[in-house]
Amino acid sequence: MLDVARIREDFPILASEVNERPLVYFDNSATSQKPQVVIDALVEFYSRKNSNIHRGVHHLSEVASGEYEASRTKVSQYINASRPEEIVFTNSTTGSINLLADSLSRSYLREGDEIIVTEAEHHSNLVPWQMACERSKAKIRMLPMEDDGSLSVERLKGMIGERTRLLTVSHVSNVLGIVNPVEEIGALASANDVMYVVDAAQSIPHLPIDVNRIGCDFLAFSGHKVLAESGIGVLYGRHDRLLDLPPSQGGGGMVNKVTMERTTYADPPLRFEAGTPNISGALSLAVALDYMSDIGLRDIIEHEEMLTAHMREGLERFEGLQLYGTADPRVPLFSFNIDGIHHYDLGLVLDKMGVAVRTGTHCAEPLMERYGVKGSVRASLAFYNTIEEIDVFFESLEKAVVLLG
Amino acid sequence: MKDDIVSMQKDIVASFRGLDDWLDRYDLLVSSGRELPPFPDEERNDENAISGCQSNVWIKMGIENGRMTISADSDAAITKGILALLIKVLADRTPQEVAESDLFFIDETGLGTNLSPSRSDGLRIIIKTIRDFARSN
Repeated sequence: MLDVARIREDFPILASEVNERPLVYFDNSATSQKPQVVIDALVEFYSRKNSNIHRGVHHLSEVASGEYEASRTKVSQYINASRPEEIVFTNSTTGSINLLADSLSRSYLREGDEIIVTEAEHHSNLVPWQMACERSKAKIRMLPMEDDGSLSVERLKGMIGERTRLLTVSHVSNVLGIVNPVEEIGALASANDVMYVVDAAQSIPHLPIDVNRIGCDFLAFSGHKVLAESGIGVLYGRHDRLLDLPPSQGGGGMVNKVTMERTTYADPPLRFEAGTPNISGALSLAVALDYMSDIGLRDIIEHEEMLTAHMREGLERFEGLQLYGTADPRVPLFSFNIDGIHHYDLGLVLDKMGVAVRTGTHCAEPLMERYGVKGSVRASLAFYNTIEEIDVFFESLEKAVVLLG
Repeated sequence: MKDDIVSMQKDIVASFRGLDDWLDRYDLLVSSGRELPPFPDEERNDENAISGCQSNVWIKMGIENGRMTISADSDAAITKGILALLIKVLADRTPQEVAESDLFFIDETGLGTNLSPSRSDGLRIIIKTIRDFARSN
Protein backbone atom coordinates (compact mmCIF):
# COMPACT_ATOMS: atom_id res chain seq x y z
CA MET A 1 0.00 0.00 0.00
CA LEU A 2 1.12 3.51 -0.79
CA ASP A 3 2.35 5.59 2.15
CA VAL A 4 0.86 8.81 0.78
CA ALA A 5 1.80 10.96 3.78
CA ARG A 6 5.45 10.06 3.26
CA ILE A 7 5.29 10.47 -0.50
CA ARG A 8 3.80 13.94 -0.11
CA GLU A 9 6.92 14.97 1.77
CA ASP A 10 8.85 14.39 -1.45
CA PHE A 11 6.85 17.14 -3.19
CA PRO A 12 7.65 20.48 -1.58
CA ILE A 13 4.88 22.36 -3.41
CA LEU A 14 2.17 20.16 -1.92
CA ALA A 15 2.75 21.78 1.48
CA SER A 16 1.96 25.26 0.18
CA GLU A 17 -1.03 27.40 0.96
CA VAL A 18 -3.16 29.14 -1.66
CA ASN A 19 -5.48 31.94 -0.59
CA GLU A 20 -4.63 31.04 3.01
CA ARG A 21 -5.86 27.48 2.59
CA PRO A 22 -3.89 24.30 2.07
CA LEU A 23 -3.36 23.69 -1.63
CA VAL A 24 -5.47 20.92 -3.12
CA TYR A 25 -3.82 20.35 -6.48
CA PHE A 26 -6.29 18.66 -8.82
CA ASP A 27 -4.79 19.90 -12.09
CA ASN A 28 -2.36 17.05 -12.59
CA SER A 29 -3.43 16.31 -16.14
CA ALA A 30 -2.19 19.76 -17.12
CA THR A 31 1.11 19.16 -15.38
CA SER A 32 2.37 17.07 -12.50
CA GLN A 33 4.20 18.43 -9.50
CA LYS A 34 7.87 17.56 -9.07
CA PRO A 35 9.50 15.49 -6.35
CA GLN A 36 12.61 16.81 -4.63
CA VAL A 37 14.80 14.24 -6.42
CA VAL A 38 13.87 15.77 -9.76
CA ILE A 39 14.46 19.31 -8.51
CA ASP A 40 17.80 18.21 -7.06
CA ALA A 41 18.79 16.53 -10.32
CA LEU A 42 18.29 19.81 -12.18
CA VAL A 43 20.32 21.75 -9.64
CA GLU A 44 23.00 19.07 -9.71
CA PHE A 45 23.15 19.13 -13.50
CA TYR A 46 23.61 22.88 -13.73
CA SER A 47 25.94 22.96 -10.71
CA ARG A 48 28.30 20.19 -11.79
CA LYS A 49 27.61 18.68 -15.19
CA ASN A 50 26.35 21.34 -17.56
CA SER A 51 27.87 21.08 -21.00
CA ASN A 52 26.71 20.54 -24.54
CA ILE A 53 26.55 16.93 -25.65
CA HIS A 54 27.90 14.71 -28.41
CA ARG A 55 30.36 17.12 -29.95
CA GLY A 56 32.83 17.82 -27.20
CA VAL A 57 36.01 15.97 -26.29
CA HIS A 58 36.31 17.50 -22.87
CA HIS A 59 35.37 15.94 -19.58
CA LEU A 60 32.08 17.74 -18.93
CA SER A 61 30.78 17.07 -22.40
CA GLU A 62 31.56 13.38 -21.89
CA VAL A 63 29.66 13.41 -18.59
CA ALA A 64 26.64 15.23 -20.03
CA SER A 65 26.56 13.06 -23.18
CA GLY A 66 26.80 9.92 -21.09
CA GLU A 67 23.92 10.94 -18.86
CA TYR A 68 21.79 12.06 -21.78
CA GLU A 69 22.23 8.70 -23.49
CA ALA A 70 21.70 6.85 -20.20
CA SER A 71 18.38 8.72 -19.93
CA ARG A 72 17.43 7.48 -23.36
CA THR A 73 18.17 3.92 -22.27
CA LYS A 74 16.14 4.42 -19.10
CA VAL A 75 13.13 5.67 -21.05
CA SER A 76 13.40 2.78 -23.51
CA GLN A 77 13.38 0.30 -20.64
CA TYR A 78 10.47 2.03 -18.88
CA ILE A 79 8.19 1.65 -21.92
CA ASN A 80 9.70 -1.68 -22.93
CA ALA A 81 11.10 -0.51 -26.26
CA SER A 82 13.44 -2.96 -27.99
CA ARG A 83 16.42 -0.61 -28.03
CA PRO A 84 17.42 2.88 -26.88
CA GLU A 85 17.60 4.06 -30.50
CA GLU A 86 13.82 3.81 -30.63
CA ILE A 87 13.56 6.79 -28.28
CA VAL A 88 13.64 10.25 -29.84
CA PHE A 89 13.80 13.14 -27.41
CA THR A 90 11.52 16.05 -28.37
CA ASN A 91 10.15 19.01 -26.45
CA SER A 92 6.70 17.57 -25.67
CA THR A 93 3.94 15.27 -26.84
CA THR A 94 2.93 18.05 -29.20
CA GLY A 95 6.49 18.26 -30.50
CA SER A 96 6.59 14.50 -31.00
CA ILE A 97 3.36 14.35 -32.96
CA ASN A 98 4.27 17.36 -35.08
CA LEU A 99 7.63 15.82 -35.93
CA LEU A 100 5.95 12.57 -36.88
CA ALA A 101 3.06 14.08 -38.84
CA ASP A 102 5.39 16.39 -40.72
CA SER A 103 7.79 13.60 -41.67
CA LEU A 104 5.01 11.24 -42.70
CA SER A 105 3.35 13.91 -44.82
CA ARG A 106 6.53 14.07 -46.89
CA SER A 107 7.16 10.35 -47.12
CA TYR A 108 4.45 7.90 -46.18
CA LEU A 109 1.15 9.68 -46.79
CA ARG A 110 -0.21 10.05 -50.32
CA GLU A 111 -3.15 11.82 -51.87
CA GLY A 112 -6.40 10.06 -50.99
CA ASP A 113 -4.93 8.16 -48.04
CA GLU A 114 -7.02 8.12 -44.90
CA ILE A 115 -6.00 8.89 -41.34
CA ILE A 116 -8.39 7.81 -38.59
CA VAL A 117 -8.46 9.97 -35.44
CA THR A 118 -10.95 9.83 -32.60
CA GLU A 119 -13.44 12.47 -31.62
CA ALA A 120 -11.85 12.73 -28.19
CA GLU A 121 -8.36 13.70 -29.28
CA HIS A 122 -6.52 16.63 -27.76
CA HIS A 123 -5.84 19.28 -30.39
CA SER A 124 -2.21 18.18 -30.31
CA ASN A 125 -3.20 14.83 -31.78
CA LEU A 126 -5.56 16.35 -34.32
CA VAL A 127 -4.18 19.63 -35.67
CA PRO A 128 -0.76 18.20 -36.71
CA TRP A 129 -2.62 15.54 -38.73
CA GLN A 130 -4.82 18.18 -40.32
CA MET A 131 -1.64 20.02 -41.29
CA ALA A 132 -0.15 16.78 -42.63
CA CYS A 133 -3.28 16.32 -44.72
CA GLU A 134 -2.95 19.80 -46.18
CA ARG A 135 0.55 18.89 -47.35
CA SER A 136 -0.06 15.33 -48.54
CA LYS A 137 -3.72 15.61 -49.65
CA ALA A 138 -4.56 12.74 -47.35
CA LYS A 139 -7.90 12.87 -45.53
CA ILE A 140 -8.96 12.66 -41.91
CA ARG A 141 -11.80 10.40 -40.84
CA MET A 142 -13.20 10.77 -37.35
CA LEU A 143 -14.10 7.87 -35.12
CA PRO A 144 -16.95 9.09 -32.88
CA MET A 145 -16.96 8.17 -29.20
CA GLU A 146 -19.80 6.11 -27.75
CA ASP A 147 -22.27 7.91 -25.47
CA ASP A 148 -20.49 6.71 -22.34
CA GLY A 149 -17.18 8.09 -23.64
CA SER A 150 -15.74 4.72 -24.56
CA LEU A 151 -14.28 3.81 -27.92
CA SER A 152 -15.85 1.00 -29.90
CA VAL A 153 -13.34 -1.31 -31.54
CA GLU A 154 -16.21 -2.75 -33.62
CA ARG A 155 -17.05 0.70 -34.97
CA LEU A 156 -13.38 1.30 -35.67
CA LYS A 157 -13.14 -2.02 -37.50
CA GLY A 158 -15.96 -0.86 -39.77
CA MET A 159 -14.10 2.32 -40.63
CA ILE A 160 -10.84 0.75 -41.71
CA GLY A 161 -10.72 0.51 -45.46
CA GLU A 162 -8.29 0.09 -48.32
CA ARG A 163 -7.06 3.67 -48.12
CA THR A 164 -6.61 3.70 -44.34
CA ARG A 165 -2.91 4.25 -43.82
CA LEU A 166 -2.72 5.57 -40.30
CA LEU A 167 -4.70 5.26 -37.12
CA THR A 168 -4.11 7.36 -34.04
CA VAL A 169 -5.72 7.21 -30.64
CA SER A 170 -5.05 8.60 -27.20
CA HIS A 171 -4.40 5.94 -24.58
CA VAL A 172 -6.40 8.06 -22.12
CA SER A 173 -8.48 11.07 -23.19
CA ASN A 174 -7.49 14.27 -21.43
CA VAL A 175 -11.16 15.12 -20.97
CA LEU A 176 -12.86 11.80 -20.32
CA GLY A 177 -10.18 9.98 -18.32
CA ILE A 178 -11.29 6.70 -19.84
CA VAL A 179 -8.64 4.15 -20.75
CA ASN A 180 -8.95 3.12 -24.38
CA PRO A 181 -8.33 -0.51 -25.43
CA VAL A 182 -5.00 0.31 -27.09
CA GLU A 183 -3.80 -3.30 -27.29
CA GLU A 184 -6.94 -4.49 -29.03
CA ILE A 185 -6.70 -1.55 -31.43
CA GLY A 186 -3.04 -2.41 -31.97
CA ALA A 187 -3.96 -5.92 -33.06
CA LEU A 188 -6.56 -4.51 -35.43
CA ALA A 189 -4.09 -2.02 -36.91
CA SER A 190 -1.47 -4.69 -37.38
CA ALA A 191 -3.93 -7.11 -39.01
CA ASN A 192 -4.86 -4.39 -41.52
CA ASP A 193 -1.32 -3.17 -42.04
CA VAL A 194 -2.21 0.32 -40.78
CA MET A 195 0.41 2.48 -39.10
CA TYR A 196 -0.58 2.92 -35.46
CA VAL A 197 0.23 6.01 -33.37
CA VAL A 198 -0.61 6.26 -29.66
CA ASP A 199 -0.80 9.48 -27.65
CA ALA A 200 0.22 8.44 -24.15
CA ALA A 201 0.37 11.94 -22.64
CA GLN A 202 -2.39 11.19 -20.12
CA SER A 203 -1.59 7.56 -19.45
CA ILE A 204 2.11 7.79 -18.69
CA PRO A 205 1.60 9.12 -15.11
CA HIS A 206 -1.02 6.46 -14.30
CA LEU A 207 -0.43 3.21 -16.16
CA PRO A 208 2.39 0.93 -17.23
CA ILE A 209 3.24 1.60 -20.87
CA ASP A 210 4.54 -1.33 -22.88
CA VAL A 211 4.99 -0.42 -26.54
CA ASN A 212 5.41 -4.05 -27.52
CA ARG A 213 2.19 -5.15 -25.89
CA ILE A 214 0.33 -2.15 -27.32
CA GLY A 215 1.75 -3.03 -30.72
CA CYS A 216 2.15 0.57 -31.81
CA ASP A 217 4.48 1.94 -34.45
CA PHE A 218 4.82 5.24 -32.63
CA LEU A 219 3.97 6.53 -29.17
CA ALA A 220 4.31 10.02 -27.74
CA PHE A 221 4.36 11.49 -24.25
CA SER A 222 5.60 14.50 -22.28
CA GLY A 223 7.98 14.45 -19.35
CA HIS A 224 6.26 17.19 -17.38
CA LYS A 225 3.12 15.13 -16.91
CA VAL A 226 5.14 12.38 -15.24
CA LEU A 227 7.12 14.37 -12.66
CA ALA A 228 9.90 15.59 -14.95
CA GLU A 229 10.81 19.06 -16.14
CA SER A 230 8.79 20.95 -18.77
CA GLY A 231 10.17 20.96 -22.29
CA ILE A 232 11.15 17.32 -22.63
CA GLY A 233 9.05 14.92 -24.65
CA VAL A 234 9.45 11.48 -26.13
CA LEU A 235 8.63 10.02 -29.49
CA TYR A 236 8.97 6.26 -29.46
CA GLY A 237 9.24 4.79 -32.94
CA ARG A 238 9.70 1.15 -33.87
CA HIS A 239 13.20 0.88 -35.27
CA ASP A 240 12.28 -0.04 -38.84
CA ARG A 241 9.69 2.74 -38.93
CA LEU A 242 12.19 5.31 -37.70
CA LEU A 243 14.72 4.19 -40.32
CA ASP A 244 12.15 4.96 -43.03
CA LEU A 245 11.31 8.38 -41.64
CA PRO A 246 12.93 11.50 -43.09
CA PRO A 247 14.04 14.21 -40.66
CA SER A 248 11.63 17.01 -39.89
CA GLN A 249 14.20 19.62 -38.91
CA GLY A 250 17.71 20.18 -40.15
CA GLY A 251 20.69 21.44 -38.20
CA GLY A 252 23.62 20.33 -36.14
CA GLY A 253 23.84 16.88 -34.65
CA MET A 254 21.50 15.18 -37.13
CA VAL A 255 23.88 14.73 -40.05
CA ASN A 256 26.47 12.27 -41.30
CA LYS A 257 28.17 14.35 -43.91
CA VAL A 258 27.44 17.82 -45.16
CA THR A 259 28.61 19.36 -48.40
CA MET A 260 27.16 22.39 -50.12
CA GLU A 261 25.49 20.08 -52.63
CA ARG A 262 24.18 17.32 -50.46
CA THR A 263 23.78 16.17 -46.88
CA THR A 264 23.37 12.69 -45.56
CA TYR A 265 21.51 12.22 -42.33
CA ALA A 266 22.49 10.43 -39.17
CA ASP A 267 20.71 7.26 -38.13
CA PRO A 268 17.77 7.46 -35.73
CA PRO A 269 17.34 8.80 -33.14
CA LEU A 270 19.89 11.58 -33.74
CA ARG A 271 18.42 12.23 -37.20
CA PHE A 272 15.42 13.71 -35.39
CA GLU A 273 17.28 15.69 -32.76
CA ALA A 274 18.65 18.68 -34.64
CA GLY A 275 20.26 21.33 -32.49
CA THR A 276 21.05 21.25 -28.79
CA PRO A 277 18.36 19.20 -27.08
CA ASN A 278 16.84 19.67 -23.63
CA ILE A 279 19.66 17.88 -21.83
CA SER A 280 18.59 18.63 -18.28
CA GLY A 281 15.04 17.72 -19.23
CA ALA A 282 16.12 14.31 -20.43
CA LEU A 283 18.09 13.76 -17.23
CA SER A 284 15.11 14.84 -15.13
CA LEU A 285 12.88 12.42 -17.00
CA ALA A 286 15.15 9.51 -16.17
CA VAL A 287 15.10 10.51 -12.50
CA ALA A 288 11.32 10.92 -12.60
CA LEU A 289 10.78 7.49 -14.13
CA ASP A 290 13.11 5.96 -11.56
CA TYR A 291 11.05 7.62 -8.85
CA MET A 292 7.86 6.14 -10.33
CA SER A 293 9.47 2.70 -10.49
CA ASP A 294 10.76 2.96 -6.93
CA ILE A 295 7.27 3.65 -5.63
CA GLY A 296 5.93 0.99 -7.95
CA LEU A 297 3.18 1.28 -10.49
CA ARG A 298 1.24 -1.49 -8.77
CA ASP A 299 0.90 0.55 -5.59
CA ILE A 300 0.25 3.71 -7.57
CA ILE A 301 -2.58 2.04 -9.47
CA GLU A 302 -4.05 0.59 -6.29
CA HIS A 303 -4.10 4.01 -4.61
CA GLU A 304 -5.44 5.76 -7.70
CA GLU A 305 -8.25 3.22 -8.02
CA MET A 306 -9.29 4.15 -4.50
CA LEU A 307 -9.16 7.86 -5.38
CA THR A 308 -11.13 7.21 -8.57
CA ALA A 309 -13.85 5.32 -6.71
CA HIS A 310 -14.17 8.04 -4.06
CA MET A 311 -14.32 10.80 -6.67
CA ARG A 312 -16.83 8.87 -8.73
CA GLU A 313 -19.09 8.29 -5.75
CA GLY A 314 -19.03 11.99 -4.81
CA LEU A 315 -19.64 13.16 -8.36
CA GLU A 316 -22.57 10.80 -8.85
CA ARG A 317 -24.15 11.94 -5.59
CA PHE A 318 -23.74 15.63 -6.40
CA GLU A 319 -27.01 17.23 -7.38
CA GLY A 320 -27.25 18.58 -10.92
CA LEU A 321 -23.78 17.40 -11.87
CA GLN A 322 -23.15 16.15 -15.37
CA LEU A 323 -20.10 13.92 -15.73
CA TYR A 324 -18.62 13.57 -19.22
CA GLY A 325 -17.52 10.02 -19.84
CA THR A 326 -18.88 7.37 -17.53
CA ALA A 327 -17.25 4.22 -18.90
CA ASP A 328 -14.62 2.13 -17.15
CA PRO A 329 -11.74 1.54 -16.77
CA ARG A 330 -10.52 5.05 -16.05
CA VAL A 331 -7.81 7.09 -14.39
CA PRO A 332 -8.67 9.70 -11.71
CA LEU A 333 -9.49 12.44 -14.22
CA PHE A 334 -13.03 13.82 -14.39
CA SER A 335 -14.72 16.52 -16.47
CA PHE A 336 -18.08 17.84 -15.44
CA ASN A 337 -20.53 20.72 -15.35
CA ILE A 338 -23.14 21.69 -12.80
CA ASP A 339 -26.58 22.75 -14.04
CA GLY A 340 -27.02 26.48 -14.32
CA ILE A 341 -23.49 27.38 -13.26
CA HIS A 342 -20.68 28.46 -15.56
CA HIS A 343 -17.63 26.20 -15.37
CA TYR A 344 -15.44 29.27 -15.21
CA ASP A 345 -17.17 30.63 -12.10
CA LEU A 346 -16.73 27.25 -10.43
CA GLY A 347 -13.02 27.22 -11.21
CA LEU A 348 -12.52 30.72 -9.80
CA VAL A 349 -14.42 30.07 -6.59
CA LEU A 350 -12.68 26.72 -6.04
CA ASP A 351 -9.35 28.48 -6.44
CA LYS A 352 -10.26 30.87 -3.66
CA MET A 353 -10.72 27.81 -1.47
CA GLY A 354 -7.29 26.50 -2.38
CA VAL A 355 -8.53 23.94 -4.90
CA ALA A 356 -6.77 24.01 -8.28
CA VAL A 357 -8.82 22.64 -11.18
CA ARG A 358 -8.87 23.43 -14.87
CA THR A 359 -11.76 25.00 -16.77
CA GLY A 360 -12.43 25.50 -20.44
CA THR A 361 -12.37 23.31 -23.51
CA HIS A 362 -9.23 21.40 -22.47
CA CYS A 363 -7.92 21.70 -26.03
CA ALA A 364 -10.60 19.28 -27.18
CA GLU A 365 -13.17 21.47 -28.89
CA PRO A 366 -14.69 18.73 -31.09
CA LEU A 367 -15.47 16.72 -27.96
CA MET A 368 -17.00 19.73 -26.18
CA GLU A 369 -19.13 20.29 -29.24
CA ARG A 370 -20.26 16.69 -29.11
CA TYR A 371 -21.52 17.27 -25.56
CA GLY A 372 -23.04 20.58 -26.60
CA VAL A 373 -21.09 22.62 -24.04
CA LYS A 374 -18.62 25.48 -24.25
CA GLY A 375 -16.37 23.98 -21.64
CA SER A 376 -16.23 22.08 -18.39
CA VAL A 377 -14.46 21.79 -15.07
CA ARG A 378 -11.75 19.14 -14.97
CA ALA A 379 -10.45 17.68 -11.74
CA SER A 380 -7.43 15.45 -12.30
CA LEU A 381 -5.64 13.63 -9.52
CA ALA A 382 -2.26 12.04 -9.06
CA PHE A 383 -0.96 9.31 -6.76
CA TYR A 384 0.10 11.94 -4.21
CA ASN A 385 -3.48 13.13 -3.73
CA THR A 386 -5.55 11.90 -0.82
CA ILE A 387 -9.08 10.94 0.14
CA GLU A 388 -9.08 13.92 2.53
CA GLU A 389 -8.33 16.25 -0.37
CA ILE A 390 -11.26 14.81 -2.28
CA ASP A 391 -13.48 15.59 0.71
CA VAL A 392 -12.18 19.19 0.75
CA PHE A 393 -12.86 19.36 -2.99
CA PHE A 394 -16.49 18.34 -2.55
CA GLU A 395 -17.03 20.64 0.44
CA SER A 396 -15.62 23.50 -1.62
CA LEU A 397 -17.76 22.56 -4.60
CA GLU A 398 -20.86 22.63 -2.43
CA LYS A 399 -19.97 26.09 -1.11
CA ALA A 400 -19.31 27.30 -4.65
CA VAL A 401 -22.71 26.05 -5.78
CA VAL A 402 -24.44 27.84 -2.89
CA LEU A 403 -22.63 31.04 -3.83
CA LEU A 404 -23.23 30.81 -7.55
CA GLY A 405 -26.49 28.90 -7.79
CA MET B 1 -24.96 64.04 -10.11
CA LYS B 2 -22.83 60.89 -9.86
CA ASP B 3 -19.79 60.76 -7.62
CA ASP B 4 -16.58 61.27 -9.55
CA ILE B 5 -14.69 58.28 -10.90
CA VAL B 6 -12.12 58.34 -8.12
CA SER B 7 -14.46 58.45 -5.15
CA MET B 8 -16.77 55.87 -6.65
CA GLN B 9 -13.86 53.48 -7.03
CA LYS B 10 -12.74 54.20 -3.47
CA ASP B 11 -16.19 53.19 -2.25
CA ILE B 12 -16.00 49.93 -4.18
CA VAL B 13 -12.52 49.17 -2.85
CA ALA B 14 -13.67 49.89 0.71
CA SER B 15 -16.68 47.59 0.45
CA PHE B 16 -14.56 44.70 -0.89
CA ARG B 17 -11.75 45.25 1.58
CA GLY B 18 -14.26 45.28 4.40
CA LEU B 19 -14.86 41.60 3.75
CA ASP B 20 -12.26 39.17 5.12
CA ASP B 21 -13.28 36.15 3.20
CA TRP B 22 -12.96 35.64 -0.54
CA LEU B 23 -16.27 33.84 -0.61
CA ASP B 24 -17.96 36.94 0.81
CA ARG B 25 -16.20 39.13 -1.75
CA TYR B 26 -17.36 36.89 -4.57
CA ASP B 27 -20.82 36.90 -3.05
CA LEU B 28 -20.83 40.70 -3.24
CA LEU B 29 -19.53 40.59 -6.79
CA VAL B 30 -22.13 38.07 -7.94
CA SER B 31 -24.89 40.12 -6.24
CA SER B 32 -23.72 43.24 -8.09
CA GLY B 33 -24.02 41.33 -11.35
CA ARG B 34 -27.54 40.22 -10.53
CA GLU B 35 -28.59 43.85 -10.14
CA LEU B 36 -27.71 44.65 -13.75
CA PRO B 37 -30.76 45.38 -15.91
CA PRO B 38 -31.66 42.50 -18.25
CA PHE B 39 -29.64 42.44 -21.47
CA PRO B 40 -31.90 42.00 -24.52
CA ASP B 41 -31.50 38.65 -26.29
CA GLU B 42 -31.19 40.31 -29.69
CA GLU B 43 -28.15 42.23 -28.45
CA ARG B 44 -26.30 39.00 -27.72
CA ASN B 45 -24.86 39.11 -31.20
CA ASP B 46 -21.40 38.95 -32.73
CA GLU B 47 -21.20 42.71 -32.96
CA ASN B 48 -21.48 43.12 -29.20
CA ALA B 49 -19.47 40.01 -28.30
CA ILE B 50 -16.00 40.31 -26.80
CA SER B 51 -13.66 37.51 -27.77
CA GLY B 52 -10.71 36.42 -25.68
CA CYS B 53 -12.62 35.60 -22.50
CA GLN B 54 -13.32 32.10 -21.16
CA SER B 55 -16.95 33.11 -20.74
CA ASN B 56 -19.24 34.85 -23.21
CA VAL B 57 -19.27 38.61 -22.79
CA TRP B 58 -21.43 41.16 -24.61
CA ILE B 59 -21.11 44.91 -24.31
CA LYS B 60 -23.30 47.52 -25.96
CA MET B 61 -22.27 51.15 -25.75
CA GLY B 62 -23.74 54.42 -26.97
CA ILE B 63 -23.75 58.16 -26.35
CA GLU B 64 -26.76 60.01 -24.99
CA ASN B 65 -26.62 63.71 -24.25
CA GLY B 66 -22.85 63.61 -24.48
CA ARG B 67 -22.55 60.81 -21.93
CA MET B 68 -21.76 57.14 -22.34
CA THR B 69 -24.35 54.44 -21.97
CA ILE B 70 -23.02 50.98 -21.28
CA SER B 71 -24.97 47.78 -20.93
CA ALA B 72 -23.34 44.39 -20.67
CA ASP B 73 -23.88 40.75 -19.91
CA SER B 74 -22.00 37.50 -19.42
CA ASP B 75 -23.01 33.89 -18.95
CA ALA B 76 -20.55 33.66 -16.05
CA ALA B 77 -21.71 35.19 -12.78
CA ILE B 78 -18.33 36.50 -11.66
CA THR B 79 -17.59 38.10 -15.00
CA LYS B 80 -21.03 39.67 -14.89
CA GLY B 81 -20.24 41.07 -11.46
CA ILE B 82 -17.08 42.71 -12.77
CA LEU B 83 -19.04 44.14 -15.69
CA ALA B 84 -21.53 45.59 -13.19
CA LEU B 85 -18.69 47.34 -11.33
CA LEU B 86 -17.26 48.72 -14.55
CA ILE B 87 -20.68 50.06 -15.53
CA LYS B 88 -21.12 51.58 -12.10
CA VAL B 89 -17.82 53.44 -12.43
CA LEU B 90 -17.86 54.35 -16.13
CA ALA B 91 -21.43 54.69 -17.38
CA ASP B 92 -23.07 58.11 -17.57
CA ARG B 93 -19.70 59.86 -17.94
CA THR B 94 -18.34 61.83 -20.84
CA PRO B 95 -16.26 59.84 -23.31
CA GLN B 96 -13.28 61.98 -22.34
CA GLU B 97 -13.64 61.04 -18.66
CA VAL B 98 -13.82 57.34 -19.58
CA ALA B 99 -10.88 57.56 -21.97
CA GLU B 100 -8.70 59.23 -19.33
CA SER B 101 -9.88 57.19 -16.34
CA ASP B 102 -7.43 55.36 -14.10
CA LEU B 103 -9.20 52.16 -13.09
CA PHE B 104 -7.38 51.45 -9.84
CA PHE B 105 -10.26 49.57 -8.21
CA ILE B 106 -9.47 46.40 -10.14
CA ASP B 107 -6.03 46.04 -8.62
CA GLU B 108 -6.99 47.39 -5.21
CA THR B 109 -9.94 45.04 -4.74
CA GLY B 110 -7.74 42.18 -5.90
CA LEU B 111 -10.33 41.31 -8.52
CA GLY B 112 -7.72 41.80 -11.22
CA THR B 113 -4.48 40.54 -9.77
CA ASN B 114 -6.04 37.62 -7.95
CA LEU B 115 -7.84 36.33 -10.96
CA SER B 116 -6.30 33.83 -13.30
CA PRO B 117 -4.10 35.30 -16.05
CA SER B 118 -6.63 34.33 -18.69
CA ARG B 119 -9.31 36.19 -16.76
CA SER B 120 -7.11 39.23 -16.29
CA ASP B 121 -6.49 39.11 -19.98
CA GLY B 122 -10.21 38.99 -20.70
CA LEU B 123 -10.67 41.89 -18.32
CA ARG B 124 -8.01 43.90 -20.12
CA ILE B 125 -9.80 43.29 -23.40
CA ILE B 126 -13.11 44.42 -21.90
CA ILE B 127 -11.58 47.62 -20.54
CA LYS B 128 -9.78 48.30 -23.79
CA THR B 129 -13.05 47.89 -25.69
CA ILE B 130 -14.77 50.45 -23.47
CA ARG B 131 -11.87 52.90 -23.68
CA ASP B 132 -11.55 52.51 -27.46
CA PHE B 133 -15.22 53.34 -27.81
CA ALA B 134 -14.80 56.38 -25.57
CA ARG B 135 -11.80 57.61 -27.57
CA SER B 136 -13.62 57.31 -30.87
CA ASN B 137 -16.58 59.39 -29.67
